[in-house]
Amino acid sequence: MSIKLQAVSKIFGETLAVDSVGFHVADGELVALLGPSGGGKTTVLRMIAGLEMPTSGDILIRGQRVNDLPVQKRNIGFVFQNYALFKTMSVHDNIAFGLKIKKWRRAERESRIEEMTELFGLGGLGKRYPHQLSGGQRQRVAIARALAPKPNVLLLDEPFGAVDAKIRQELREWLVRLHHDLNVTTVFVTHDQEEAMEVANRIVIFSRGRLEQIGTPREVYEQPANEFVARFIGVMNVLEATVPRGSARAGELEFPASGAPDGTQMRIGFRPYAVAVSNDLALYPYQAILVHTYFLGILLRVEFELPSGLVVRGRMTKEEYAVLGLENGRRVSIQIKAYRILARDDAPLGRELVSPISTPPHIAENI
Amino acid sequence: MASKRFNALPGFGLTMGLTLTYLSVIVLIPLAGLFLRTSEMSAAEFWRAATHPRALAAYRLTFGASFIAALINAVFGTITAWVLARYSFPGKRFLDALVDFPFALPTAVAGLTLSSLFAKTGWLGRYLVPMGIEGAFSRLGIVIALTFIGLPFVVRTLQPVLEDLERETEEAAATLGAGRLRTFFTVIVPTLLPAILTGFALSFARAIGEYGSVIFIAGNKQYYSEITPLLIFVHLEEYNYAGAMAIAVVMLIASFAMLGTINLLERWASRFQL
Amino acid sequence: MSGRVKRRIRESTNKSQRGADETPLVKWTLIGVSGLFLFVFLLLPLVNVFAQAFAGGIRAYFAALTNPDTRAAIGLTALTAAICVPVNAAFGVCAAWAVAKFEFRGKALLITLIDLPFSVSPVVAGLIYVVLFGLQGYFGSWLSDHDIRIIFAVPGIVLTTLFVTFPFVARELIPVMQATGNEQEQAAMTLGASGWQTFWRVTLPSVKWGLLYGVILCNARAMGEFGAVSVVSGHITGLTETMPIRVESLFKEYQSTASFAVASLLAVLALATLILKSWFEWRQERQFSSAQIPEPEVVDSSRPGRP
Repeated sequence: MSIKLQAVSKIFGETLAVDSVGFHVADGELVALLGPSGGGKTTVLRMIAGLEMPTSGDILIRGQRVNDLPVQKRNIGFVFQNYALFKTMSVHDNIAFGLKIKKWRRAERESRIEEMTELFGLGGLGKRYPHQLSGGQRQRVAIARALAPKPNVLLLDEPFGAVDAKIRQELREWLVRLHHDLNVTTVFVTHDQEEAMEVANRIVIFSRGRLEQIGTPREVYEQPANEFVARFIGVMNVLEATVPRGSARAGELEFPASGAPDGTQMRIGFRPYAVAVSNDLALYPYQAILVHTYFLGILLRVEFELPSGLVVRGRMTKEEYAVLGLENGRRVSIQIKAYRILARDDAPLGRELVSPISTPPHIAENI
Repeated sequence: MASKRFNALPGFGLTMGLTLTYLSVIVLIPLAGLFLRTSEMSAAEFWRAATHPRALAAYRLTFGASFIAALINAVFGTITAWVLARYSFPGKRFLDALVDFPFALPTAVAGLTLSSLFAKTGWLGRYLVPMGIEGAFSRLGIVIALTFIGLPFVVRTLQPVLEDLERETEEAAATLGAGRLRTFFTVIVPTLLPAILTGFALSFARAIGEYGSVIFIAGNKQYYSEITPLLIFVHLEEYNYAGAMAIAVVMLIASFAMLGTINLLERWASRFQL
Repeated sequence: MSGRVKRRIRESTNKSQRGADETPLVKWTLIGVSGLFLFVFLLLPLVNVFAQAFAGGIRAYFAALTNPDTRAAIGLTALTAAICVPVNAAFGVCAAWAVAKFEFRGKALLITLIDLPFSVSPVVAGLIYVVLFGLQGYFGSWLSDHDIRIIFAVPGIVLTTLFVTFPFVARELIPVMQATGNEQEQAAMTLGASGWQTFWRVTLPSVKWGLLYGVILCNARAMGEFGAVSVVSGHITGLTETMPIRVESLFKEYQSTASFAVASLLAVLALATLILKSWFEWRQERQFSSAQIPEPEVVDSSRPGRP
């Protein structure tokens, strides 16, 4: 079932929590609502469910305006952040609840519960109570409960927030598989960009109640609509620069800025992968010292300090690190291969610009 | 009263309406009726009734005895709360449950059994009366009854505070060289004082209104052992409505003042909460 | 009362003897002092009730209890409780729902007003109804014209008992309902449950023990109230005497054993109340401590104003 929001706003008292948001979720899609805390994404999800009323604007499910349809009638499955399992009911009764309310016949009900417990790997746990389950099991019960009555759409509020890191990874993969198998339209809220990138077909990015961008993970990463998105998705170096003679300068770094009058203040942004590094001190124009190395698994994050004290963050694989013979304290030369001129937070971004100096081939692309 | 904010849960209008209606019918309107009726009296009339020497004697007795009883409870209640929160010993659970007994026992029964205990032939009276301690049919009896009635308040107010107390702070004091007694007075007492005062105030507030237990044990002699609630009762029996209402208004004002004090104390007690 | 929920969790951690503790001498002195205090003020009076009640032998005890006027008093007490407890329980559930599940201005004031009867002297509680319904009261002449008796009759006893037992259920339920939050109810609604279905199937089961706790305390007070009832009862033997009033009138007639016999029933009621209360408390705590779902690492605060 498709979901459509048209110019939806929500005001809590004095706060504008959601500011004229509109987007469309196609039938069978898996969409993430992503943004920092207080961005309004949970409010949007609760409005789709009918747990909050929009102050203005329309919400359509399957083309039908549902603004005045109470939560009970919307036929949605909602998974709460802390699961909101019925503590006084067993797993079986939790899953049975929606079916009983919808007056399923006993035999059909029991076979549906069986089917759900099978599908969710909850076999044998039917008699347990929520407090006797692990975090991961609780979450699966919550999703099974929401899906049992065959809802039109599945809505999940921070579904991976309450479990520890290891289980979270399993659950993500599991949710993708589940969505693939059931093909039910799914919208979930998350504040974790990595999670959104990994799980969702499309991502809707919110900040301070406004929709910043909507697109596939690749689109929002490679073509961020504005500085907020660019900074929120992935790591970005942001430097304050001023223009003395036709080029913008930040510390030692220089970026061509043709046309900008002298004295213009601007901000320059570039991704860590755009930082080219060489142990040949003459290869690149800037001398720097490697000051920190962070091991993130197969990728490393490296921080370089230029003589002026400016710090630049870069990224490379373990192999590259080894080939270059790097260690903290080593002198290197660096270059910024590609950068953007940023304006204000919410202004559209310019194209990514390529630095005039050519780059050596051994730097990995697309990291 | 209600804000317009949407809440998906239903029933606010219904439950709030019923609550306010019932509250008004059972509590607010009857209380307002008393104040309204009293306001029909002239100021002089009211003053005469409220400050009649017999009434003044009753106030002094009620507030005095309540104060002493609350003080006894503050001291022994603190020790009891400490013992229940800190130590383990046989019979502890039983003692813990027993503390709530005055809440559950009808006051008439409390008064009856206390007066019998402290009477000349009672289990305690037979030893105490020869020593000159008249526990029954005396002012002392009033203090005894009020102590019984207010006993749970200090213990139950203090106990959770003691259990929440971080023992690390005491140990920190000890590692800094403070002896046990010094630690007690410089670290523990300041933390507990607001709770002790709150318990004291609750116990005191309960005592000034108490009627049932006291009239069994007090002997109820005019100007000597006649408490204020009893005086209201006596005035009513004599159809002296004006007298009863004037004293009742004084009592109510005192009760509301205590309620305000207790609220302030509770706010003060939570001021160091991290 | 909020300390109740926490208490059991803490209890087990405080057992071991620590280096910074008092010496055993101080410890046992304190235990002795408080033990003696509780013995004199609580245990002795309790035991004394039964000792005095059975002082005349078992026969006299049962004779006292089967006295028709005493039986009438027992009946009236049961009737009063049977009216007041359900009414105040229903009110308590209503008030707790409104206060715990919704945000509105004046909430603190409303809670204070609900607690108000606790700070009113029972005698004053009786008096305010006399002022309303007594012969010289606001509705007195109208009532006597229509030959309706409230004061010195059963309706007055019920009304004053309603007043003094008014807050019990509400004040127990409000914190319990607040602690369980709104999410389970919202979950039920997303699954299609109506308001009533949500209340009966989700809310009520999760506050059951708190509700019973309040009900049992309300009942104890309804059966045991003395001062307020005494003012409006008129002490008409066999008609308007409740059990506590019967205790007093027998005491005044110097029928000590009979008085203590009735009192012993009330003491049994108090003991049963204490036992049930501890049990409900324990169940309530167990429900809370075991059902605690771990807090999420990140709490989304994009819902301003939600408790």
